[in-house]
Amino acid sequence: MRIRAIKGWLAKAGQFANEYYNAPYRAAVARAKREQEDLFMLYVYSEMMGIPNPASYYTLELQPLLLEQFHEWHLRMGMEHSPFDEFRCC
Amino acid sequence: MNAILLMLLGLGGMFLGYVFYSKFVAEKIYKLDPNFRTPAHEFEDGVDFVPTNKYVLWGHHFTSVAGAAPIIGPAIAVIWGWVPAFLWVIFGTIFFAGVHDAGAIWASNRNRARSIGALTGDVVGRRSQSLFMIVIFLVLLMVNAVFATAISGLLINFPSSVVPVWGAIFVALIIGQFIFRKWLNLGTVSVLGVIALYALIVVGPEAPLALPETVMGLSDNATWIIILFLYAAIASLLPVWMLLQPRDYINGLQLFIGLILIYGAVLISGPELVAPAFNTATPEGTPSLVPLLFVTIACGAISGFHGLVASGTTSKQLDKETDARFVGYFGAIGEGSLSLATIIAVTAGFATLADWQAVYHSFGQGGVTAFVSGGARILQEGLGFNVGIAETLLTVMAVLFAGTTMDTGLRLQRYIFQEWGSIYNIKWMEKAAPATLLAVGSCLLLAFGAGGADGSGGLAIWPLFGTTNQLLAGLTLLVITTMLVKLKRPMYVTLLPLLFLLVMTIFALLIQLKGFYDASDWFLFSLDLLVLIAAIWIALEAASTLTRLRKANANSRD
Repeated sequence: MRIRAIKGWLAKAGQFANEYYNAPYRAAVARAKREQEDLFMLYVYSEMMGIPNPASYYTLELQPLLLEQFHEWHLRMGMEHSPFDEFRCC
Repeated sequence: MNAILLMLLGLGGMFLGYVFYSKFVAEKIYKLDPNFRTPAHEFEDGVDFVPTNKYVLWGHHFTSVAGAAPIIGPAIAVIWGWVPAFLWVIFGTIFFAGVHDAGAIWASNRNRARSIGALTGDVVGRRSQSLFMIVIFLVLLMVNAVFATAISGLLINFPSSVVPVWGAIFVALIIGQFIFRKWLNLGTVSVLGVIALYALIVVGPEAPLALPETVMGLSDNATWIIILFLYAAIASLLPVWMLLQPRDYINGLQLFIGLILIYGAVLISGPELVAPAFNTATPEGTPSLVPLLFVTIACGAISGFHGLVASGTTSKQLDKETDARFVGYFGAIGEGSLSLATIIAVTAGFATLADWQAVYHSFGQGGVTAFVSGGARILQEGLGFNVGIAETLLTVMAVLFAGTTMDTGLRLQRYIFQEWGSIYNIKWMEKAAPATLLAVGSCLLLAFGAGGADGSGGLAIWPLFGTTNQLLAGLTLLVITTMLVKLKRPMYVTLLPLLFLLVMTIFALLIQLKGFYDASDWFLFSLDLLVLIAAIWIALEAASTLTRLRKANANSRD
């Protein structure tokens, strides 16, 4: 019983410590992650923009998976609509 | 007088301030409402807006606002004796800092967690907002120059700290990788990190390192300053998780460990205060206590920097509005207690009055070096530490605080330059690297311009830094006061501190202006003039805004 109480207490302390470590930088880390993902989107859709992509065979497969993020991505990149003629978005 | 008594009086006073005054301010003035839907709930996004446990939030708030400044200020100001410094820190914390910090959180919380800079534009006016940007830029510029000078002084005075100080950066880099890549859990990493850091501190005195007296025609002091800025420039360009985040975390742990050690050692050894209560024999050239005391101790009594933290990150994570009292006011008390510990270290940590006078032989002396040597003596007497290790420990603590502030400060300055680049359409300035270069360049100009090529004069701008920091606090108080007037609530709680600050800063600026003029120091003279213009401008803005509002209120009553 005692050991379980201590374990619970430790888990709680660990949670607090994690919160303490991460909270001030959540925004900066999320932004960095988004920048990486934006670059990745560019790789995946690069062939459509005329940028040769040696891995297009593989990235083609990813396109449907990334479709959900496509709208937000093109907006973030400063394009009101999809940049591709054959690939409509909004 | 015994240091234990001073410690109990100070901590007791601040605690009573929390129990009674902050309750009054929170309930009757700010009228904090537990049912108010805070921005953290309203805009919850898991990134910026996250309702956070109030103790965790207090931890962040306290460790982000407490740095080297609450140590340096009091450690210089005790030259007038310990009573003035003690009273200003304690009463400043109770009636100024706590009200200001909690108020900044409240103001931001009631305005969709916008920053004080943006709020100045909304609540007071556009002009004040541009003024705010200028003041922030000046504060950052000075803080970087002063801290670089302070760190280089420490590294030269305590060569045993060179290895642990730079070693700590590698420890932080490794911790950052371990946590970011989730190789180990945080608890284990923290324990390992702290062990590694303290191992370095023990090794430090065995392997003291010093630069040669001149490097390529520059003094060792100047060389350290350049190395520090080089480091800060690189650090500010790295992703935050790599260095800044783990280092901040280590600093937070260090802050608590340091405070516990110092207060514990004071309680056990009970040293006597050797410094005079009121120093009647101040060295020649020491300026008058009023108004200089009130700008020499900025952080620790009231600091504008807190408003930036309070409205920038803290207000976005406030779970309940009533938490603002604990997080803001008690955060200020945490910083006040660091300043109190400093006062005790620099007044009770000397063997005799003559030793103390030897250190405080002219104005601007003492500073963080006195904190380290005084604190080390107390640690030795109270806890049986080896003096070399105790000195290294405290130096590492102070340097880590100052270093993190430098790297954050440089990062913020870079953002300001980048923003100017985009406002004025200067393409190259929008890029990170050139903007960082500009930031470093302007700081170096100040560090060397203030005291010649040996870089020893950086601390001459300390009171000027304090003044600018107080102005920033004044702007925040103006925002809070304006909000209170608009809500038709009593405004004296924030108006009186605001008036006091404005009078003292303008008075101090004029006295320093005369000093720089007499010394024909045209560089600092112009800087002082710039700050003075900003100060008078703020005073005018405050007067016009408040009279306008009072008239509007009077009309609406008719």
